[in-house]
Amino acid sequence: MSVVASVEQESGTSASAQRVVNDFAIQVATVNGSGSQTANLVLLRSIFQMGIPVSGKNMFPSNIAGLPTWYTIRASAKGYIARKKEVDLLVALNAETAKEDVMTLAPGAAVVYDEPLKLSELRSDLIFYAVPFDKLIAPVTTDAKLRRLVRNMIYDGVLSRLLSIDTAQMEKALRKQMGKKEKAIALNMNALKAGYDYADANLPKRDPFVVEPMHGKTEGMILIEGNAAAAIGCMMAGVTFVGWYPITPSSSLCESLIDYLKKYRKDPETGKATYAVVQAEDEIAALGMVIGAGWMGARAMTSTAGPGLSLMAEFTGLGYYAEVPAVIFDVQRAGPSTGLPTRTGQQDIMSAATLSHGDTKHPMLLPCSVVECYQMAQDAFDLTERLQTPVFVMTDLDLGMNTWMSKPFEYPTKTFDRGKRLTSENLKQIGEFARYRDVDGDGIPYRTVPGDGGPAFFTRGSGHNEKALYSERADDYTNNLDRLSRKFDTARTLVPQPELVDSAGKGGIGIIAYGTTHWALIESRDQLKNEQKLNTSYLRLRGFPFSKAVFDFIDTHDRVYVVDQNRDGQMWSLLKLECNPQQVAKLRSIKHYYGLPIDGRSLTNELLKQEGR
Amino acid sequence: MAGKVNIIGLEATAYRGAKTTLCAGCGHNAITERIIESFFDLGIQPTDVIKLSGIGCSSKSPAYFLNQAHGFNSVHGRMPSLATGAVIANRKMIAIGISGDGDTGAIGIGQFVHLMRRNLPIVYIIEDNGCYGLTKGQFSPTADLGSTLKTGVVNDLPPIDTCALAIELGASFVARSFSGDPKQLKAILKAAISHRGTAMIDVLSPCVTFNDHEGSTKSYAYVKDHDDPMSEVSFVPYFDEINVEYDAGTSTQVMLHNGSKIVLTKMAEDYSPTDKAKALQTMRATHARGEYATGILYLEPDKQDFVDMLGIVDEPLAFLPDSKTRPGKQALDEIMESFR
Repeated sequence: MSVVASVEQESGTSASAQRVVNDFAIQVATVNGSGSQTANLVLLRSIFQMGIPVSGKNMFPSNIAGLPTWYTIRASAKGYIARKKEVDLLVALNAETAKEDVMTLAPGAAVVYDEPLKLSELRSDLIFYAVPFDKLIAPVTTDAKLRRLVRNMIYDGVLSRLLSIDTAQMEKALRKQMGKKEKAIALNMNALKAGYDYADANLPKRDPFVVEPMHGKTEGMILIEGNAAAAIGCMMAGVTFVGWYPITPSSSLCESLIDYLKKYRKDPETGKATYAVVQAEDEIAALGMVIGAGWMGARAMTSTAGPGLSLMAEFTGLGYYAEVPAVIFDVQRAGPSTGLPTRTGQQDIMSAATLSHGDTKHPMLLPCSVVECYQMAQDAFDLTERLQTPVFVMTDLDLGMNTWMSKPFEYPTKTFDRGKRLTSENLKQIGEFARYRDVDGDGIPYRTVPGDGGPAFFTRGSGHNEKALYSERADDYTNNLDRLSRKFDTARTLVPQPELVDSAGKGGIGIIAYGTTHWALIESRDQLKNEQKLNTSYLRLRGFPFSKAVFDFIDTHDRVYVVDQNRDGQMWSLLKLECNPQQVAKLRSIKHYYGLPIDGRSLTNELLKQEGR
Repeated sequence: MAGKVNIIGLEATAYRGAKTTLCAGCGHNAITERIIESFFDLGIQPTDVIKLSGIGCSSKSPAYFLNQAHGFNSVHGRMPSLATGAVIANRKMIAIGISGDGDTGAIGIGQFVHLMRRNLPIVYIIEDNGCYGLTKGQFSPTADLGSTLKTGVVNDLPPIDTCALAIELGASFVARSFSGDPKQLKAILKAAISHRGTAMIDVLSPCVTFNDHEGSTKSYAYVKDHDDPMSEVSFVPYFDEINVEYDAGTSTQVMLHNGSKIVLTKMAEDYSPTDKAKALQTMRATHARGEYATGILYLEPDKQDFVDMLGIVDEPLAFLPDSKTRPGKQALDEIMESFR
């Protein structure tokens, strides 16, 4: 998948008389800061409430107001919730991008546009619906500021009529959004009705797309962003210290967490907080505070993105060598450097795996869904205390900031794993406390924390022996590094194990993917199977270091495609580092990296190209 | 002091650490001795203390006192953030952070600024020799304008006054002392340990190897000659019932949160340790004369510290039981409902 223009379209649904039911993508192009989010979420939610699986993806600029922004809603009866590359229905409200947006549509697509933009003259192979937004909003309210805020509801009304979306569902969705603000709800509904009535009187249906109620796919489901899911997981994991620094796209993780903690983590007797959150002066300090709190025995975490990860390198190395727990969420965005702060990618895999100088390597958890954001947040706190080393949870902007349909989360039943703490009982068995001694052969030593009554030791990032004393002796140094390697091998068995999603049997094509690629791959594998009669096996990575199952999977297939959402095939490279030459020879790389989430069609095309088909 | 026990029945040896690896005669070792004496005198359990540092000669010294206390020699210039997390995680512990003039004034100035601004409860000591000892004597940001290196290189940048900065930023206890003045340093240390909030002490501590020559304003001889005590500091611990006689006209008595008292007998005119503007003015005036104002320069005993500000529970966050940190099923159900 080479670099293509970010909104390039291809092979859209062809214009035909036949109806296309519950299977299309709507793209709304507006100006950032124009208040389109409410209208977009109402649209998304009302389709969802009608029983159709949906996904909502926001493509926004690194800007507060004024630059173009696109929101894509996909409805899919089959339940595909990855990004769909083709746009079937465009809502064009942004003068700056309208022309380009229209020119990149496939023939047969429909366009709802603001009348003064005069878009219908641009092409003859699209279906155009002109809507005079300013004329329609004028009677709704005289207040210019309110007009601007509710103007976008007009396209919800128009689409409600064109796509047969129940307006009662739209009102229900609006109420969900706005709570009890009756005045605001009435105003928004009036704008929506203005759009609906206009479409009813003036826009005869000419496109094939319709929404019809469905059953059995969305009942009981929730719509949630990955960052909120991770925040709920952290709270349920008993987090007691949060040190953070704002950065897109991770800020909403800590901000949601703060909201939940305020509500649910007050001591019932005293009303005081059972947690502390500190907004640090930078990411260095954020992780420094987390390492300090983790060293004291608190359950401590931070969340960041690429540039913050770079700053955290120093303390991550200290955490690794001094063996201090810390949970670090990396909500990945497109780099390098500042890169594209509001676009997605899986670009920090290699740097997180080996963050900091010297011989370092770190466990990573790789959630693909909001459920896993919730679950792996909890796993991360257990793992970091069990392994006494920083643990990374690698999500991305697509997962963290976009809206995902999901089963509701289950209440955790597992008690917290606080790791190997020295107690008077186990001290009797151990005989003598040595902070960095491998008593159990798994590379994980026992620890005490200040104030727990156990023996003290001196923690340092400089060379030390198993008694935590300063040492530059060759044997002390090597023994320690080798034990850390043993500990990493133990981590292979403790990180979330890969999921064999589907096996096509021995030989043939295997595919390895991780994170949000999962959703595109589900769709792509169906395309390969249905359109090409090509069966594939699929192993989804859920953690690093790799466990035996990963290498077994490679062994049992003739060739294995590793799908990365980065330019250099970072997971493919990490795998190659640990594979034997026979395994390396089987590995192929599929790379996607233009800032938007990977989609099934692009994945299929690239795999077929490499297969020579 | 063998055999002599303190108020909690511990001998002085209980407050000692590993043998120093710093140069013989290093001012830092004298500071270490005063720290040992101060904790002994105050009768503090060594296991109730955490010792934190960054990187440099100064940052090695936590290994040389209070063996029974946990210590963390972290990364260069980052002790403040480490301390912030540690102190919040267990508010019962007494934290002492040791830094140097490079560790604080150069690589760590950002973190220093924010620790002072937060008024984190910690004793923050800068062992200030105006140079980088561990990398063989380069200038640090506290080196005075015009002072020279052993090699003859002249410092052409003005120094950062860490005390003035700390006062400006919000530290509630700011002092300057000299490693060669055991009496004053010990009194200040004991007061600092008894203070609740950031107690920042810049201790001039000559580097005998790289910065103790003529031309250095951080040499032993220079500081000895230009030490200008603002007041005579006496410290009376809360458990000590002795009534201190002091002349109301020339002395100020300040009560600390734990009931201890600091008695400051004025030596300089216009000295007023609770007046920010005056404290800064006095320091500037003495600095203009090429002198170091020493003593407790600024004190705000009742200022709310950062841990109190957070509104957290009284018991250490690090030791909260699972039942207090995992909300019940009802909470999750309620949250899930909000996303339906």
